[in-house]
Amino acid sequence: MAEAAAIVAHQFDDPEQQRDSVSLGMWLFLIQEIMFFGGLFLGYTVYRYKFPEAFRIGSNQLDLLLGGVNTVVLIVSSLTMALAVHAAQLGKKKAIVWWLIATIVLGSVFLGIKGVEYGHKFDHHLFPGPHFVFEGPHARQVQLFFSFYFVMTGMHALHMVIGIGILAVLVWMAAIGRFHSAYYAPVEMTGLYWHFVDIVWIFLFPLLYLLGLDR
Amino acid sequence: MASESITEQALPKQHYLNADYGIWSWLLTTDHKRIALLYLMTVTVFFLLGGAFAVMVRLELLTPAGDLVQAETYNKMFTMHGVMMIFFFLIPAIPAVLGNFLIPIMVGARDLAFPRINLLSWYVFIVGGLFAFGAMLAGGVDTGWTFYTPYSSTYANTYVIATALGAFFTGFSSILTGLNFIVTIHKMRAPGLTWFRLPLFVWAHYATSVIQILGTPVIAITIILLAVERLFRIGIFDPALGGDPILFQHLFWFYSHPAVYIMILPSMGVISELITCFARKKIFGYHFIAFSSVAIALLGFLVWGHHMFVSGQSVFAGMIFSVLSMLVAIPSAVKVFNWTATLYKGSISYQAPMLYAMGFIGLFTIGGLTGLFLATLATDVHLHDTYFVVAHFHYIMVGGTIMGYLGGLHFWWPKISGRLYPDTWARFSALVIFVGFNLTFFPQFVLGYLGMPRRYHAYPEEFQVLNVMSSAGASILGIGYLIPLVYLMWSLRYGTPAGPNPWGAKGLEWQTTSPPPTFNFDETPEVTEEAYEYQKDYEKRYGKEQGVG
Repeated sequence: MAEAAAIVAHQFDDPEQQRDSVSLGMWLFLIQEIMFFGGLFLGYTVYRYKFPEAFRIGSNQLDLLLGGVNTVVLIVSSLTMALAVHAAQLGKKKAIVWWLIATIVLGSVFLGIKGVEYGHKFDHHLFPGPHFVFEGPHARQVQLFFSFYFVMTGMHALHMVIGIGILAVLVWMAAIGRFHSAYYAPVEMTGLYWHFVDIVWIFLFPLLYLLGLDR
Repeated sequence: MASESITEQALPKQHYLNADYGIWSWLLTTDHKRIALLYLMTVTVFFLLGGAFAVMVRLELLTPAGDLVQAETYNKMFTMHGVMMIFFFLIPAIPAVLGNFLIPIMVGARDLAFPRINLLSWYVFIVGGLFAFGAMLAGGVDTGWTFYTPYSSTYANTYVIATALGAFFTGFSSILTGLNFIVTIHKMRAPGLTWFRLPLFVWAHYATSVIQILGTPVIAITIILLAVERLFRIGIFDPALGGDPILFQHLFWFYSHPAVYIMILPSMGVISELITCFARKKIFGYHFIAFSSVAIALLGFLVWGHHMFVSGQSVFAGMIFSVLSMLVAIPSAVKVFNWTATLYKGSISYQAPMLYAMGFIGLFTIGGLTGLFLATLATDVHLHDTYFVVAHFHYIMVGGTIMGYLGGLHFWWPKISGRLYPDTWARFSALVIFVGFNLTFFPQFVLGYLGMPRRYHAYPEEFQVLNVMSSAGASILGIGYLIPLVYLMWSLRYGTPAGPNPWGAKGLEWQTTSPPPTFNFDETPEVTEEAYEYQKDYEKRYGKEQGVG
């Protein structure tokens, strides 16, 4: 079977060198992603330390149910992503397509729920800026909390959108049979990216939603 | 060397420059050598733009009165000078041009690990460039290249977001370049090329790439926060809303101080190559130079607070940052001492690249030592935001980075173009640049010491003599930069074919043709010796008893 041979780009000597290089490249990319989100986590830490009470109040304004459902949705999407990689390793071409589509659907559900949450915040004038209104104590510092809420979840959502775009391309590649048990690096690398974005949420959820859990 | 080989040389029949013709063969190329040339053209344009703004600054400062331009215009001039030079010239110059061209060849590979990402990085750079260029045409930006809040968030009426996004995009191009280098150096070395046989140029770029990957994302998120702050007034950096403008400075310098080492480390890599080649002697202390690059990269992340001694951080933090900043002097001095020791009893020839290398050592030493003045808390309070600082970092960035860049460009130009440039003109321009540079910036040390603050368009009359000296030096320096532009372009057509190794240098890049073929080598080379075995060549030729050193 001719297609079972791995596709080796001209700059590499053999499939093994190619696989090692691609994998190292992806991990380096994820390291820079950690530093990117790191700046946000630093800012969050500074202001939470400075205004613990306001951050607790702000946290109580978030919708724990929707956030919790989203967390479950995202974790399940990581499972379907892992199953897509597993299917690729075994060369099950149809299964790759279906698991990738499942991941896209779950990712979209996450973004949909996130959109509903954002909508609620807009309606309640909790989006920072000139239209921000908060009747309780520490209004300005609560606004700061919401600044971090929107920037952090916004950056996370942007990464999800990009991830869904990449997954869509993978579905197409998988559908025309580009992947088989000797060549599935794009699926595996996208999997790493997807899990990373997932892990970012695993940190965001407790920091933003569970922080003021005294209801 | 050069003279005995040129008569017989001709350009190879097939090489990367004539492999394909037409605009798309360049704009869609994945050949690292062609991408390096794309970068070369782009950064040259930005260098000239940044230079034009410097001309305006120096013209204004010719007289004490602020008469040529208004204060606001002057603010834009020095800001655009800084933005263009730092984000669009100094940071990409050596890695994206010389590193891109040379690293795959130096490790004996056919290309970088990810050629398409390499091309993408150039396009991302162009997008960033267009943002900055568009902002410039629309009216510029006046916050200083540092974009300090609250100037940039509350008070500036200029194109802050567009310019900052320009820096954001070039940052991503720089991350992609660094990622490509690290993977290539790890995974694609030729057989026999162990880590400690790598040229020191490669080590320097490895250290640079580490900074690019760890530091640049932080400026990216900082710029996003700044843009959001400016657009929506969300208050992260606004004390009126509970935010802290100093946090911006922390985040900014966490990247921008290591960025100084993104600019200087590749240049140090170039100097290591030049010194050993033109001293005809193996580098002294290979391991020390290699690890000092890594040490500078890592220490560079621990010293950002020395930019903030007078901006409200605690005295205790200031003391810690002061001590840590001094530590950077150790690996820097290790390099300078090792280069000097390499010269000792070497067989030195003063061709143009070597003149640049010698210039680098002197100017970098002055720049580095004056850095210690600024790292000292007590003296920094006096010197902070004066021309002393301006002179200090120009000695590092112009005297260091640009001298190294030009030295490297002259050294590898025969490899890149396949042709020799007129050496007399090259030596002459190196001399002009050295004289012009010192005349421009040495008076600024004195000005700063006497208390002249930076970023003002007018000054008291007693400072005029020194300022006139500086402006006169700048015009000499400008001419010095234009001469190579002319003769290097001239050499593309009329230069004598160089042959594979016009300098008699070691290293894999000199074993292939000039210009190299598209895949660099006809067959993958095998490395059997350490780097810079110049004495071995000498002994082979003339016998052991006359060996050098």
